[in-house]
Amino acid sequence: MDKKENTTGMMSCPLPISDYDAITMAHGGGGKMMNNLIEKMIMHYLSNNMTSEKHDGAVFNVEGHRLAFTTDSYVVNPVFFPGGNIGELAVYGTVNDLSMCGAKPLYLSLGLILEEGFLIKDLEKIIISIRDACERTGTQIITGDTKVVDKGKGDGIFINTAGIGIVREDINVSPSRVEGGDVIIVNGDIGRHGIAIMTTRENLDIESTILSDCAPLNHVVQKLIDAGIGIHCLRDLTRGGLGSSVNEIASQSQYEIEIEEKSIHVLEEVRGVCEILGFDPIYVANEGRFIAIVKKEDAGKTLEILKKEDDGKYASIIGVVKGKNKKGLVTLKNLMGSNRILDMLSGEQLPRIC
Amino acid sequence: MKYLDEYRDSDKAKLLVDAIHKKVTKKWSIMEICGGQTHSIVKYGIDDLISPNINLIHGPGCPVCVTPIEKIDKAIEIASKANVIFCSFGDMLRVPGSNTDLLKLKAVGSDVRIVYSPVDAVQIAKQNPDKEVVFFAVGFETTAPPNAQAVFIAHQQGVMNFSVLVSHVLVPPAIKAILDSKNNLVQGFLAAGHVCTVMGYKEYEEIVSKYKIPIVVTGFEPVDILQGILMCVSQLEEGRHEAENQYSRVVTREGNAKAMEVMYEVFEICERKWRGIGEIKKSGFRLKEKYSDYDAELKFGVVNYSVEESGECISGLILQGIKKPVDCPVFGTKCNPEHPFGATMVSTEGACSAYYLYKEKKL
Repeated sequence: MDKKENTTGMMSCPLPISDYDAITMAHGGGGKMMNNLIEKMIMHYLSNNMTSEKHDGAVFNVEGHRLAFTTDSYVVNPVFFPGGNIGELAVYGTVNDLSMCGAKPLYLSLGLILEEGFLIKDLEKIIISIRDACERTGTQIITGDTKVVDKGKGDGIFINTAGIGIVREDINVSPSRVEGGDVIIVNGDIGRHGIAIMTTRENLDIESTILSDCAPLNHVVQKLIDAGIGIHCLRDLTRGGLGSSVNEIASQSQYEIEIEEKSIHVLEEVRGVCEILGFDPIYVANEGRFIAIVKKEDAGKTLEILKKEDDGKYASIIGVVKGKNKKGLVTLKNLMGSNRILDMLSGEQLPRIC
Repeated sequence: MKYLDEYRDSDKAKLLVDAIHKKVTKKWSIMEICGGQTHSIVKYGIDDLISPNINLIHGPGCPVCVTPIEKIDKAIEIASKANVIFCSFGDMLRVPGSNTDLLKLKAVGSDVRIVYSPVDAVQIAKQNPDKEVVFFAVGFETTAPPNAQAVFIAHQQGVMNFSVLVSHVLVPPAIKAILDSKNNLVQGFLAAGHVCTVMGYKEYEEIVSKYKIPIVVTGFEPVDILQGILMCVSQLEEGRHEAENQYSRVVTREGNAKAMEVMYEVFEICERKWRGIGEIKKSGFRLKEKYSDYDAELKFGVVNYSVEESGECISGLILQGIKKPVDCPVFGTKCNPEHPFGATMVSTEGACSAYYLYKEKKL
């Protein structure tokens, strides 16, 4: 018998090894593969009573204060995209994650990883837009770090921000609060950010005027809180889009969710690009969109508040929470009136052949 | 959106569903050829809306699905070479070969790129004269003209560091093979609209008269498909067998002469193996001798490959309509879109994948 020492026993990866020996782009795509990586590997080793909520940030008590804490890294290409740039995205993204915990965002950290050769004037533009984004959200950068890597070891600029916010004692926003009968409301049309980025990528000769929906959500969430809306859960619709976010909530809350396709608004131009590429807008990333899951009796008031926002014209009620369902089933009532499964995105959406 | 919204209109769809119900007096089996149609049928629940007397059989018209595993292995071998830039349409990257797929290869450092047009790959070749640029020329008659155009341009411009790995398949020989099979259940076809955009539907006239079977050229939106089904069922109920055109907003009888011209300039008909089905005579395209310098298989010496398919996969039976995805013991369990066992699960347009995504998995 081979007496070679078994050194892999302790360290074996809980993800089936035959699947993936190396990280692929789909592991960061916000869909099923990313979830598997987080669940089966990262959480396998690092979970604790604070991470079990699987929310956009952690909420915890420190000497009588309820705080929310989150972090996010930004690796967008191109760095300047129609409707925004990586700087404001890095502020809004983290502010939005805190907002989704029902927190009032207060302070951020800023970590810059710069690639040798990145233009100073571009960096300045980014820093200025970070300043403006902080002003707009009422937050401050209070600590930071800067590193430079060799040419070819980065993609111009990577940014990490972490954020801390304060949560009111009476606010409890989490998938675990979702109940049967709750109503799901989205704050506008979907798919703009992902498509704005796609159309500017090299080798895709599509001219469009689509702008990213990149925007802060803290003020609108605050308005919902101030109006006394019974908010059960909030989730921003970033990577993996609406489809993946709804699936995450369904599986975390163990409720069935039904979404109605005709209530979801997608701009004509976004739909056009999706048709060409064979993408489903329901899985395309957004940076200023979220769903609020609220008590049925508060749906009307919530919609009214969301519609009053500058970019809230297409806010709409898109679905309802049905009964308990251990698998977290999500169904979509399609345009023909029949129901189908709306699954989490598996891997990345890839442009199709024909 | 014009040309889309009116074909996704639920009122129009309901009228067609009712008309189909009224027309049908007995059981009929109709095959939609194209994976895009299968995808729409399952996504919009058309099979649940129409009369239970109509059995929709999901045909072999997904180019990603039917590309033989050997071709994927060849693509992977070529793409693994140090000086190669391997270009492909996006949805081929996920398809597993015997050991790995192109996405995983990209993850470990191979230069694998998604292109939106094969001509872009020629451009990449011109920009990288010290590299070999290979394009994975896959598809039905729909993608054959642009793929041929890329080779034609490279030849005209003397771009010698460009080549194509060809795995083209043709619809009419597949229809004939299905009809010639002793297990055939298909009584009418919805032909693939986009293939006919290039080829027209003249070539189906011979098939309808020889096999006495209706063929309706059909689009991809729910209203298109319902109208195609109604036209097909009407023929069946009335004992007619004609080549009809539902997709007349795009397709003409003669097809696109210019597209066919470049296609036949570069390609010639050959035998072709279909994943899940096997070899079908005269069912594919290969490069003509004149363009053999652009044949990646010859250039990289990856000619003879043979791979055994999974014994548990029943995709061949699904493609003939003898079984449904849910009849397969490994469907949704061992075989799923992340770990496809065979043809009909590898692409979102394959019948098993469409069922998994939209229908049967959790309900």
